[in-house]
Parts: sequence; structure tokens; C-alpha cells
Amino acid sequence: MPMTPLNTKLTRDLWRMKGQVLAIVIVILCGIATFIMFMSNMDSLTITRDKFYREYVFADVFANLKRAPESIKERIAAIPGVALVETRITAGVKLAVPRFEEPVTAQIISLPDNGKPLINKVFIRKGRLPDAEKDDEVMVGDTFAEAHGFALGDRFGAVINGKWKQLTIVGVGLSPEYVLQLRPGAISPDYKRYGILWMTKSTLATAYDMKGAFNDVVLTCAPHANENDIIRQLDNILDRYGSFGSYDRNDQMSHRFLNEEFRGLENFSFIFPTIFIAVAAFLLNVVISRTVNTQREQVAVLKAFGYGNIKIGWHYFKFVLVIVLLGIAGGTALGAWLGKLLGDLYMEFYRFPYLIFRLDIKIFFAAVVISLAAALAGTIQSIRAAAKLPPAEAMRPEQPAKYRKAFFERIGLARFLSQPARIIARNLQRKPLRTLLSIIGIAFACATMISSGFFKDAVDYMVHVQFSLAQREDMKVTFIEPTSHNAVYALKGVRGIEHAEGYRSVPARLRFGHRSYKTAIEGIERGSTLQYILDENLKPIYIPPSGIVLTDYLAEYLGIGPGDMLTVEVLEGERPVRQVPVVALAKQYMGLMGYMDTAALNHLMREGNAISGVSVVVDPLYKKDIYKKLIQMPRVAGAVVIKDEIRSFYDTQAEAMLIFTFIATLMAGAITFGVVYNSARIALSERSRELSSLRVLGYTRGEISYILLGELALITLAAIPVGFLIGRVLCIYIARMAASDIFRIPVVIEPATYSLAAAVVVASAAISGLIVRHRLDHLDLIEVLKARE
Amino acid sequence: MNKTVFSVQNLTKIYDMGEVQVHALRGVDMELYEGEMVVLLGPSGSGKSTLLNILGGLDTATDGIVSYRGKELTRATDQELTEYRRYHVGFVFQFYNLIPSLTAWENVAVVTEIADHPMAPEKALAMVDLSDRKDHFPSQLSGGEQQRVAIARAISKNPEVLLCDEPTGALDFKTGILVLEALDRVNRELGTATVIITHNADIAAMADRVISLRNGIIADVNVNEKKKPPSELRW
Repeated sequence: MPMTPLNTKLTRDLWRMKGQVLAIVIVILCGIATFIMFMSNMDSLTITRDKFYREYVFADVFANLKRAPESIKERIAAIPGVALVETRITAGVKLAVPRFEEPVTAQIISLPDNGKPLINKVFIRKGRLPDAEKDDEVMVGDTFAEAHGFALGDRFGAVINGKWKQLTIVGVGLSPEYVLQLRPGAISPDYKRYGILWMTKSTLATAYDMKGAFNDVVLTCAPHANENDIIRQLDNILDRYGSFGSYDRNDQMSHRFLNEEFRGLENFSFIFPTIFIAVAAFLLNVVISRTVNTQREQVAVLKAFGYGNIKIGWHYFKFVLVIVLLGIAGGTALGAWLGKLLGDLYMEFYRFPYLIFRLDIKIFFAAVVISLAAALAGTIQSIRAAAKLPPAEAMRPEQPAKYRKAFFERIGLARFLSQPARIIARNLQRKPLRTLLSIIGIAFACATMISSGFFKDAVDYMVHVQFSLAQREDMKVTFIEPTSHNAVYALKGVRGIEHAEGYRSVPARLRFGHRSYKTAIEGIERGSTLQYILDENLKPIYIPPSGIVLTDYLAEYLGIGPGDMLTVEVLEGERPVRQVPVVALAKQYMGLMGYMDTAALNHLMREGNAISGVSVVVDPLYKKDIYKKLIQMPRVAGAVVIKDEIRSFYDTQAEAMLIFTFIATLMAGAITFGVVYNSARIALSERSRELSSLRVLGYTRGEISYILLGELALITLAAIPVGFLIGRVLCIYIARMAASDIFRIPVVIEPATYSLAAAVVVASAAISGLIVRHRLDHLDLIEVLKARE
Repeated sequence: MNKTVFSVQNLTKIYDMGEVQVHALRGVDMELYEGEMVVLLGPSGSGKSTLLNILGGLDTATDGIVSYRGKELTRATDQELTEYRRYHVGFVFQFYNLIPSLTAWENVAVVTEIADHPMAPEKALAMVDLSDRKDHFPSQLSGGEQQRVAIARAISKNPEVLLCDEPTGALDFKTGILVLEALDRVNRELGTATVIITHNADIAAMADRVISLRNGIIADVNVNEKKKPPSELRW
């Protein structure tokens, strides 16, 4: 930029207004930073995931079954469109980890004896793959290894098909199949209590009596192949081998959660930057229009000397441009840094071998275009006005401000107001749009805070509903396969178990019309005191002896309601298909389920009084003894301690929550500061003459501060309830966007969240107020009397 | 002899403008007595505004002593100066300096609300003949009317001294006379000591004493044996 006189003026104007410029730069910076943070993070995770999926050949279709002979593999490979097929043996196992006396379960997956799976290859973080010659070698997932501090050569015990075995860790790895390592049915990863293990196929075949057979198959599809056709044909083949139904990536848990996360990032990359950029556009509008107004005479002189409209307009546009570019530069740097930080945070949950962090130039350009467009939209009117100002008119001072009595004065409340209070009221009323936009701007800051605090409140509430109201057991024990109800009595006999109730869980595809959903139906004992199904008022629903209760979101998804007939395709045992009437809908925030009376479910399955597991209440004194007993019980597949699960959930979420709250606080502070500080500076520049006059008339510093800051305090206070309202709407929007079959976030906002939001807004307003107060204390009383406005 | 309101001794004011020092006042000695009307006359840069600002407690002296009723203003703290302005001095400015968001009545009330023994705003407005304009905002008043509101505001606290900085400077002759008549009336009826600064020598005829300033020193002091009423002034 050549240093023409106009550019020199620009530089000095910017420097003179550095406080306001900085405040706007910060708001733009926050907008760009959040945009770049979310977008680059999503972009990087997508690239990382796609590369990992591609290089480690993530399967397209998955199926679990009871047992099928290896010869079936050829038939599967012959399905048109199938590229690669891998048959595997997988099983759930109980582990006994040294120095960790709580129940630990794991999923074991077989690796081909030659160590080279075609699909879902394992990335070796440390060590090597297990040797087929040695049946005690195991490779463990990296999160599990980290959580327990395992080193290569460490040993732990496992109950494999009922037999105790010591395993030796020879490697640590990860796989595209388990980017997120989540125990089925869990609400959050629990790296200490759930792990992924890999062993050779021959070892597992021996252990599970699966020589020449498999119980799990994964396959990849050729490009452009019809996945649905493949799934249908695969189901046809596997049906009589006890298949639990094949599914594609969309139903694969790790992939599924990752996709949900991307959807969330996409939403956030839209919501927050929009708020910031809109606020920045408003601030630029106020500052530029004020600057143009105070520089009318300068514009006139420049025009009188022959500067053209375009030159004048360009001059003011450059003012905007500099601010926006500073915001973009800072925002990009901060956004890239935060994006990397967020990426590393995600790597705690989603395990990739590496994170390819990338800031796509397209994202950067999108940020530039969006912020420039918004800035231009906010200022074009003032810039045009400056450019078009006729020189003679510009020479004349601006028309004196016109005031009228405020609304409440006209209805007779004037006598309650002191003169300074009237000044405040009339100033607020004179520029209603500016007042309103200031209120909305600060309100959005408040709303930003609420939307970040809301996650914690919602999660607390979900946990409360799920684990205090609905599930009241201390521990949930699952069996390897359906077992006679008598097992309940066996468990009741264990010392320390105070109460036990059986439950039945049956995998099923629920169908209504053309829609279907694969889930489980849970059978609940009549008169259960450990498991309650709740209605929308959180009152327990009575489960009748026949019929099914569905999670409300599932009913909505299927388009079914009470009184309709649901088709239940059971994916276990004889795989019966039955019609069951829907009798009620249940409120539930996690997962989608169907609930039936256990007897009714047994009847539907044409089985005796079978159960899949037992919910128990334990005496905490005997907890460790009970764990030890459970590990030794051959029919017990695993046990989950509810309290551990909640604690682990909070542990894993805590850091992320803290970082999000911190970022949101900074950003809400930035918006509030930006709006209040700018309003204050502009009010000061518009009214310094008036305030100085009052000082001359004998008003104290405190008294004139009251007039100026009182106005801002009123704006801020008015903004807080509006912010509560916008915050709530924002939370409803976020909850609706985030709703999926995995989670429905309840819109619960605790008073503490509202209070914190209000406190952050008030504190940032107070800080900007103090800075302006400092300027008020240094008003030049004489200077202001000499000049006519 | 009348009692002294202001006593000024060897008043010096130097503005430090970075590389140059401007001597605005170079040792001024003067007094102002109760009930007196003084016109401070002088061209631009003579130091008259600086003198008025120091008398009004708006500016500080570099050297010398200014006493108001025996109390040294030159040694007063900022807070004391604020109180001094609040309770003892009335100001009238060249550009009126009314609060645009307040009506005429409210512009007066802005002072009476914080003063010790104020008169009713209505009475102050009546003295400047503006009773019928009391509900108008400044933007609805002419320049002369605005200046009369400013006078009403200045006198409404019953000040002991009224300081007027070029009160007619922004007005035409006819409205200027109306404003001077208002000041004259206040001086006569309330006995408020009044200082008017102006570069208009014709106004001097209405004063009891005329002090001429030039280059920061008092060049001349004239006592008018026979004051002219403002209506007889011409310029």
C-alpha cells in the first residue's frame, strides 16, 4: 500500500481508534477461528479416516453368526459385487488384569495365521502380530494398553470359552474397525474396562471348537456394487448358520459414532461462526457510520480538492478491509492451532495411527469470502453515503440531534426520573435499531455461553434419568447365551448380592411399513424394581403381559404409534417373525429399544423362562469378592458396574467439556466486550461534549459516568434475559440437529448455567465499562467548550 | 467598598505545547466584587478565555494565586473544584452547550437537582422570558433562545458569580441584545457578580468595569461612570 496522504490518514485513523478496531478484530478473529477450527478439524479427521480406511482396508459389510463351515466362504465371495471376503472368529471374553480388581471384558478378533488379514488390517503401534505357533500370544488395542500401562511381554488372564488362560502381550495395535472402542451398549469408551484383542485364528479355533468354521465375516464391495443386494444375498446364505443379520458401515458402531461426530462438527462450524460474523458486521456498521459522520468536513475538503467518489468510498472500504484482514489473519492462526488441539483431543476418543492435520486453502478462502461479504453488507450503506456526500453539504455540521420524550415519560412516569435518567432513556430511544442490535449482540454472547454449559447439564440429566430413575441396579451381568431363569437364584446365593432380577435381550429387526430398524428387545421381569421404563413425565410405564413398548424416537422413526402392529424379525435362535402390538411409548435419551414383559418375550421366542443376564444390587463391602466370583463363572460373559461406567463417562468427557467451556467463555467474553466497548466508545464520542458540559456545571465524574455507563448497563441487563431466550432456542436447535438413534440430547439448562452465562456477560461488560470510565475521567473540559459540534 | 469575590495575584499560565511554550497569562492581578458586572475585553489569544477558565475552576494556573472568597482555588483539589463549580459558579458558553436530549425546563433542572439552594426552573426561565418554551428541546429553539436557556440554567442555582464566555459570539445582533438584556437583568435583580468575556468592544458599555487584556497581561482597566442598558448598545 503506497503511503499516499489518504493511506496515511487511514493508518492514523486506525491507530487513533485502536481500541475499537481491536475489539472488532477480536470478534472477527473468534468467528474465523471457530470456523477454521471446526472445518479444519472435520476435514483433517475425514482425510485421516479415509486414508486409514483405504490403507487398512476397512470392510463394507459385516455379519455375525453362530457358526458356519469355512466352505461357505466361496459362496460369499461369489456374490456379485463382492471384492474381498475375510472369515473370522470373534468372541467376548472376561479378563483378569493384574492390580485391577474390577470386571474387564474384551472383544477378541482372529487374525489369519499368516498374519496378513485382507480386510480390517491391524496397524502395529508396537511389537508384532501374534505367532500362530504360540497359543498364548495376543495383540491388544492401544487404548487398552495405555489405560493399564501395559508393556510388551506383560501378561494378563482371560477366560476363553470358559477356560482360564494366561496371555502374553506381543503387540499393540489399532484397526479401522475400532477407531472408537466402545463396548456394545455402553455410553462412552471405557479404556480400562473394555479392550480389543487380536489372536491367531488357529488358536481361537481350538479354543472355541471352530476348526474349519467361522462365526464372523467381513467383506468389501467392488466399486459401484449394490450394497443392499449384497447384504440381502449374504443374509440368504448365512440365515441357516444362525446369522444375527448383516449390516453395512452405517450400522458399524465405530464408523457410526465417527459420522455422528462429523455431523456435529459441521453444525457447529455453521452456528458459532455465523453468530460472530453477524456481530462483527453490526459493530463495523456502527463504527464506520460514526466515523463517516465525524469526518464529514474532511470528506468535504478532500472532495473540494478533487478526490472522486470512488476514491473516498475506497478509502473507507480499506478501513473495513484492514480490520477484516487482521481478523482473518489472527483467526486463521488461532483456528489452525485450536483445530490441531481439537484434533488431538479427538484422537483420545477416535484412534487413528496418526492425525493428518490439514488446513484446506478452500476453507481459508471460504472464511475470507464470508467475513468480507458480511463486513461489506454491514458497512456498504455508510461507505456509499460518504462517497456520495456533496462537498458543500459535508461542510455543514450534521443536523442537531432530534430528541423526543421517551415512551414511559409520555404515559406520565417522567416525574420519577432524574434528569440524568431522562438522558439515558432518551438516548436509548433515539436510536432504537442500534439499541436493539446492541442488545441482540450481547444476547448472543450470553447464548453462546449457555449453549456450551448446556452440554454438561444435558449429560447430567441424561445420566440421572438413565442411571437413577430407569436403571437402578449396581451391576449388570451378561451370560454367554440365554440361560434358564434359575441362574438368578444361583447369583442370589452369592454373598454380598442383595437383590437380583433376570432380563432377556433379543436382537431383532423391527419393521413397520417400509421402514425397519435393527436393535434389541429387552424383556423385563414383571414387578421389576431395578429397571423402569419411563414415560415422557418420567413416570414408570406398566408393561402389560403382551405387546411391546418402544422408545419414542424409534416409534417416530418407524412412523408407528400405540395400537399399531409392529413386525418383529428376531435375529437369534429360530429367528421367528411375529406381529406384536405397540402398547406405549417410552422416553429414553440413549439408544433405541423395544421393551416387553419377559414372559411375553419368552413366549414370542417359543422358549422357556430364559434370561440373557441378571441385574443385581450389591453390598459395596463384597464388591471385589463378587467380581472374582463372576470371572470364575463360566456362563458369565461379563459384568458392568454402573457407577464405574458413569465415572468413566465423566472422566473421558471432562477434559473435552473443560476445553469447550473455556473456549466458549473466551468467545462470549469477546463478543460482549466487543459490543459493549464499541457502544461505549461511540456513545462517548457522540456525547463527550454533553458530558463535559455537565462536568463544567458541577457534575462529578461518578455522576457523568452514571449517564454513559448507566445506558450500557441497561443494554447489558436487557440483553441477559434475551440471551437466555436465544440460548434456549439455540440449545433446542443444537439438540434437534444432534438427535440420532444413538443419543437424543434433552434440552435441560440448569440455573447455574444461566447464572454463569449472565456472570460472564456482566463481567466483560464491566471490564469495558471500566476502560471507558478511565477515559471519562480524562475528558478535556476546556477543549470541548471551544468547539461547536 | 463592596466585598471581594475573586482576588487574582500574579496569575501566570504557560501551555506546554511540546517544543514551544505558550504564555497565555503573564502575571495578571485583578479583583472582582460582589454585584459587579465586568467585561473582559481582548482580541483572540489575549488570554481572556484562559483567565475565565481558571476563575471557573476548569483549568489550573502555572503560577500565582486565585482566591474565591478567601479560599485559594489555585490549591484546590479536583474534587473541591467540582464542588466549587457545582455550588458557586454559573457558566454561559459561546455555543450554549445544552443537553440535546433534555427540554428547556429539564436543562435547567439538570442543575437545580444538584444545587444547594436553587430557584425553581420555572422562575429561572421566566427571568429570561422563556416560560412559554419550557417544553421545547434544544433542536426546536433558535440560537438566542438556546443561549437564554443556558443563562437560566446558569442562574438557577443562585450562583455568586456568573462567568460568560462570548455569550453573543454565535448570535446575530438582535438576539445578542436579548441575551445581554437577560444577563443585565440577572445582575441587577439578583446581584450576581458577572464576568463577560468578549472581543466585541461595544458590549463594554454595559459593564461597571472593563478590563482589557493583551498578550496575557492587563493592558487597561476602565470604570464606566455611566453604564448603558443593553438596549442602547449598537454594533
